[in-house]
Amino acid sequence: MHEMSIAQSVLDIVLQESHNHKVNRVLSVAVKVGELSAVETESLRFCFDFLTKGTLAEGARLEIERVEVTCHCQECGSNFTVQELIFACPICKSPRVEMLSGRELSVESFEAE
Amino acid sequence: MTVKVPVVRNILEANEQMAEDNRRVFRDAGLLVINLMSGPGAGKTSLLERTIDALRQEIRIGVIEGDIQSSYDAERIGQKGVQVVQLNTGGACHLDGNMIKSSLAALDLKQMDLLMVENVGNLVCPAAFNLGEDMKAMILSVAEGDDKPLKYPAMFQQCRVLIINKIDLLPYVDCHLGRMRDRALQLNANLEIFEVSCRTGEGLDPWFDWLRRQVRERKAEVDGTKS
Repeated sequence: MHEMSIAQSVLDIVLQESHNHKVNRVLSVAVKVGELSAVETESLRFCFDFLTKGTLAEGARLEIERVEVTCHCQECGSNFTVQELIFACPICKSPRVEMLSGRELSVESFEAE
Repeated sequence: MTVKVPVVRNILEANEQMAEDNRRVFRDAGLLVINLMSGPGAGKTSLLERTIDALRQEIRIGVIEGDIQSSYDAERIGQKGVQVVQLNTGGACHLDGNMIKSSLAALDLKQMDLLMVENVGNLVCPAAFNLGEDMKAMILSVAEGDDKPLKYPAMFQQCRVLIINKIDLLPYVDCHLGRMRDRALQLNANLEIFEVSCRTGEGLDPWFDWLRRQVRERKAEVDGTKS
């Protein structure tokens, strides 16, 4: 997708929060990326490293947590992980399911000094 | 001293905020908004032309045309005599909430029942950016192959409608319609699927009927909140 603009948004958030918390240097940034968010993690890392040059976050590690796709079955109430992109309940086979996770794209925290 | 700063902020929060602003504007105007997506050349503009021709006597339609470059599509739609505005993203692979917001000044939403937003031709990125629409719809043409739902799951997963276009080409391409449907439904069992040819007109009537019903329901909803 457009990993450069995603990386820019990550950096914007981190720099804004760094300013609020009055830190001098960002050491690492933890982000969550859902399996269904269509973001390519290696490309995101590359763009992040490029954009952070000359900022407080230069050299910061980008820690990417992939979030698997999970659903809630509206028929039998069970929660399950989606395997091989089949959005149907593995217990009762119902296709009436609601997605619980998998589309995440968030900055969770960062370490700084 | 090292500190850990908790943040928990959506990376796309700026866009989500814009989309929410747009949604409010659309709600106030009482119209139905559909975000129409597909790969390049699947037939978004052709579907709009057909839809406008069939429904313009009964439904006031407006169009936002999204393209990387050119105003070719807006000119095509403009010939139909409906409100249209062209958005050029200048390289960006998708429309976002801010672009939609900036285009609204060029449209009179009060004179509209249905706003169709034609996104940039791309099966990946547009799915991640809400625009403030009521629903997402997508087109997949049989010429693209029946494996596309497996390769671009996010878009199929989020759409309410799948229009399978160019069925007149079925004799000439290796596409299995049943398999395409099954794969799409496996990702999203709630998909409304229409099999059409914008070239010959085949299969379009059920789509028009469905659209009429959606516009009617939106109207009833708006009237309900007023009274």
